[in-house]
Amino acid sequence: MTESNDNACPLSQREIIDTYFMENRSRILDVAAFLDRLERARVKDAEDDFRFRALREAMQALVGDSATRTKDIQMILSDPKTDLLDERDQQSADGAARE
Amino acid sequence: MNWIDPHVHMVSRTTTDYEQMAMAGCVALSEPAFWAGYDRSSAAVFHDYFNHITTFEPQRAADYGIAHYCWLCLNPKEGEDMGLTREVLAFIPEFLERPTVLGIGEIGLNRVTKREMESFVAHVDLAMEHEQLILIHTPHLEDKYKGTLQIVEALKRDSRVTPDRVLIDHAEEHTIDMIREAGFWTGLTLYPNTKMAMDRAVDIVEIYGSERLCVNSACDWGPSVPLAVPAFAMAMRRRGHGAELIEQIVHANPAAFFGQCPKFVIPG
Ligand SMILES: [Zn+2]
Repeated sequence: MTESNDNACPLSQREIIDTYFMENRSRILDVAAFLDRLERARVKDAEDDFRFRALREAMQALVGDSATRTKDIQMILSDPKTDLLDERDQQSADGAARE
Repeated sequence: MNWIDPHVHMVSRTTTDYEQMAMAGCVALSEPAFWAGYDRSSAAVFHDYFNHITTFEPQRAADYGIAHYCWLCLNPKEGEDMGLTREVLAFIPEFLERPTVLGIGEIGLNRVTKREMESFVAHVDLAMEHEQLILIHTPHLEDKYKGTLQIVEALKRDSRVTPDRVLIDHAEEHTIDMIREAGFWTGLTLYPNTKMAMDRAVDIVEIYGSERLCVNSACDWGPSVPLAVPAFAMAMRRRGHGAELIEQIVHANPAAFFGQCPKFVIPG
């Protein structure tokens, strides 16, 4: 057992698992079912969709050993181009960058 | 526990929502001017809207013992139209004198365009001219990082702007560092899908501390929950945090930020 640090969560690992395991068990099954559904799709016409690609990259970050997975995934799902657009292309955001 | 929701759009909520918020301990809230779900057709519509949020909503809230304050602007979603922006900016000063107006907001960027930036800078200029507090909206989803970066840089370029009189809202894990490093107040929006989930907001408190940090429901006509602030308090307790820390985030912090406007009366 190791103790740590300034920005620690007040719960122990054991307590975190006891409290939050069930809801995250459910979430990971939802993601798995979503991916299976994409495999079973009537037509496979979006294998290269920018949102699907971003999710696949995010899942790689999820299984990595970074201590800042949330922030890393936020950046994967962000537009890497930070300049101002010349004109508004659409009113709403898509959740991932198109290119 | 008494709490303040610093970001709500009550024009699109029912009176029953006011009642339930009051029963759950809400003592004050603030309503930034925002988008109607479609681009408005003329400046006159904004005039009516500003009247609505400075007269009708404070009365509806008062019926349940809630103090209602508001912020005025043309929302970033409509900022692409500079002509409309100028027309609306021209009559905002006449509303700034009203007793429940705290400042200019929620201003910022949407798709992060050149004209949106021009509209944003014009709003900041108006706020500085009239010594107003500022409430900032940061863009959604993939636009949030670049939009927050552009907003923070623009505010730093204006030497009249004092960071402790500006709250930058809808912060998330990848934008909070730049907001706090520049000394601004941070807002976390507790939305079910698109912004900050309850437990991620608690993580942010644990990682960054509670100083200059507020949480809000941003409840409007979309998927959103008027009782998100007390739900956050519950998530904090579930995580083992005490009443003093929770009270600071849900009451003392928003009261301190709003209290910089002499019109804000700290409710019981
Ligand atoms: Zn809003």
